[in-house]
Amino acid sequence: MRNIYILLGILFSVNAFAATPQELLKQYEVQAKQENAAFTGFSADAGASFFRTERAHSNGKQVSCATCHTSDPRNQGKTRANKVIEPMAPIVNAKRFTDPAKVEKWFGRNCKDVLERACTAKEKGDYIQFMLSVK
Amino acid sequence: MKKWLQFLVLITSITSTSALLASGGIGEGSEGRSSQMPPVMNAKWKAECSGCHMLYHPGLLPERSWKAVMAGLDKHFGESAGLDAATRDEITSFLVLNSADKSANRRSSRINQSIPTNSTPLRVSETRYFISKHDEISASTFKRKSVGSSANCIACHRGAEKGDFSESQVRIPR
Repeated sequence: MRNIYILLGILFSVNAFAATPQELLKQYEVQAKQENAAFTGFSADAGASFFRTERAHSNGKQVSCATCHTSDPRNQGKTRANKVIEPMAPIVNAKRFTDPAKVEKWFGRNCKDVLERACTAKEKGDYIQFMLSVK
Repeated sequence: MKKWLQFLVLITSITSTSALLASGGIGEGSEGRSSQMPPVMNAKWKAECSGCHMLYHPGLLPERSWKAVMAGLDKHFGESAGLDAATRDEITSFLVLNSADKSANRRSSRINQSIPTNSTPLRVSETRYFISKHDEISASTFKRKSVGSSANCIACHRGAEKGDFSESQVRIPR
């Protein structure tokens, strides 16, 4: 009996951190509505364009998400320091978008690195919607 | 004839012993200290400091360097690598505890001794020790796609993340 309680405890504590990409999208949807009352929903196409469109960084380089992740999210990417980045698309990497803290940490860092500002909830949602649309 | 043979054996053994010592083939240094950095572990260091680059052993830089690196994570070599305060502080303490100026192994001591006391390098590759150890490696070798830069120790030193930089482990990729 005691073992069952321990097992249940582990199950629930794991559930508190785990999420599905759809659950994450719901959270960003709530935020996106707060940011913009005219918000109508996320778009995979907008996410794809967001992912691949280069902009001029103040360091003089042309950068986009695809600079490190490659333009196909099913591919492995590479950091500036030559470390492999596992693919972003859940179809080939089921761990993506299942840990809300991790997702926020990396949006926080990478939006600053590429856009030199924080991303909006709409941009984050579009990005995830695009990743989910990749088959 | 017999004396001549004994002399030959003696010379041969002296030569091979000194060659072995020079190649760094023996783990213990002349002062009885280990030449390689000791194995160290901290789960947060491992998880957070190897997301974007290879995992650097704390024995590669002195305390003041690690403190400077960890105080500047918002602009970490041009990238955003910010951490929550608790994680940052735990990793900083771990790095300081095992830093080059707190570590007894020979390599850490030599790295530390090669840094002027008035300087705080943020890169291992800026230290005189690193530069003199790599003087035969050309800039183009460091720029190879398989290497990337002099920051990517593990491209050639397979045991780098464990603090093993022994010459016998070096394989320079094409």
